[in-house]
Amino acid sequence: MKAVSIEEAVAMIPSGATVMVGGFMGVGTPERLLDEMVRQHKTGLSLISNDAATPGKGVGKLFEASLVSRLTATHIGLNPKAQQQMLANQIAVDLVPQGTFVERIRAGGCGLGGVLTPTGVGTLVAEGKRQIEVDGKPFLLETALRAQFALVHAFLADYLGNLAYALTSRNFNPIMAMAADTVIVTAEHIVPVGVIAPDHVVTPAPLVDYLIANG
Amino acid sequence: MDPQIVIARRVARELKSGDLVNLGIGIPTLVANYVPADLKVFFQSENGLIGTGPIPEQGMAHPTLTDAGGRPISALPGASVFDSAMSFGLIRGGHVDVTVLGGLQVDAHGHLANWMIPGKMVPGMGGAMDLVTGAKRVIVAMQHAAKGKSKIVKQCNLPLTSARQVDLVVTDMAVIGFPEGRATLLETAPGVSVGEVLAVTEAELVVPDNVAEMKL
Repeated sequence: MKAVSIEEAVAMIPSGATVMVGGFMGVGTPERLLDEMVRQHKTGLSLISNDAATPGKGVGKLFEASLVSRLTATHIGLNPKAQQQMLANQIAVDLVPQGTFVERIRAGGCGLGGVLTPTGVGTLVAEGKRQIEVDGKPFLLETALRAQFALVHAFLADYLGNLAYALTSRNFNPIMAMAADTVIVTAEHIVPVGVIAPDHVVTPAPLVDYLIANG
Repeated sequence: MDPQIVIARRVARELKSGDLVNLGIGIPTLVANYVPADLKVFFQSENGLIGTGPIPEQGMAHPTLTDAGGRPISALPGASVFDSAMSFGLIRGGHVDVTVLGGLQVDAHGHLANWMIPGKMVPGMGGAMDLVTGAKRVIVAMQHAAKGKSKIVKQCNLPLTSARQVDLVVTDMAVIGFPEGRATLLETAPGVSVGEVLAVTEAELVVPDNVAEMKL
């Protein structure tokens, strides 16, 4: 793990990159990294994020600045800007059931090619997908999802990069921290090694590439 | 009584002590207000919490304690938090005893459509498809009709949420179940006759000899 400034971290992300962003309706989202993405005007992003948040919050900022060209998400109904851009074909949107979304990312981070899920069988979601029977029950083959960058927000990070999360801001963060080539983290508090007890570490330090220095 | 409150009160009677329950957005959210205090029900919020409590008082909200809509909530003693893979493992894995969801249409076979209106409203399915697929019991809580049009239809013409049949539909006029795979009128709301229900229901309902009145 290397500690870097927010400007340096975002400078590493090229326009057109595939980026996973943690958070659920803007809760547990690395807001400062998104502000810097907007400031450095990283365009043509393929965004993988649970939702489109709301205007001005979380990944919602990326839609306001028209930085997204492709979105994989589970729900975008609370961001009119994202809806508008989807209906105007400015962004290609792939809507995925939430349980499938998280398992595809988990698979991507765990070296699996994909998962078999019963969710979506017999619905529009099944279109174009392989259906596989296991013990007489139908499942859809859903392939793994990975990204070049994961932008993660933690409650605590220690000097080594061990992470702990707070309440409902955990959500997709620890899953995404395993599924990207480069993992960039912001934390509410950066604390000495040992403050987070081994039992309470959720994301182990070796998964974190860059920690944004606070201050 | 307000139609939404009729629905919420009747659904609340379906919950048992020890149940792990997931409530959808809208009318389902109201159900929590009508669960008797002596009933120990665990409410799950799919963004990663079991043990959700009421909306906190003014000034007591915490930015990392929210429901699936991102709104502030509280956590009850004994609450637990977890990531989204665990949350949907609970849902898809059959650990959630009851889910209560809103609906756009339910058809005579018990199929539910509640996630999109093609060309009009495409918000995404969020957790709905996983909930209907994986929860032990699926209860739909919705108004019987919208703008004079029955939401209990012969066949859904909106995209289905799951191929799985729901277990119970509770509306402001009736309770409908699906024994033997056919929509059956189980109860009517206080002051509503069987004839009145049938008159505003598009789907053909099986009507047993005795249709009880909803207890609220």
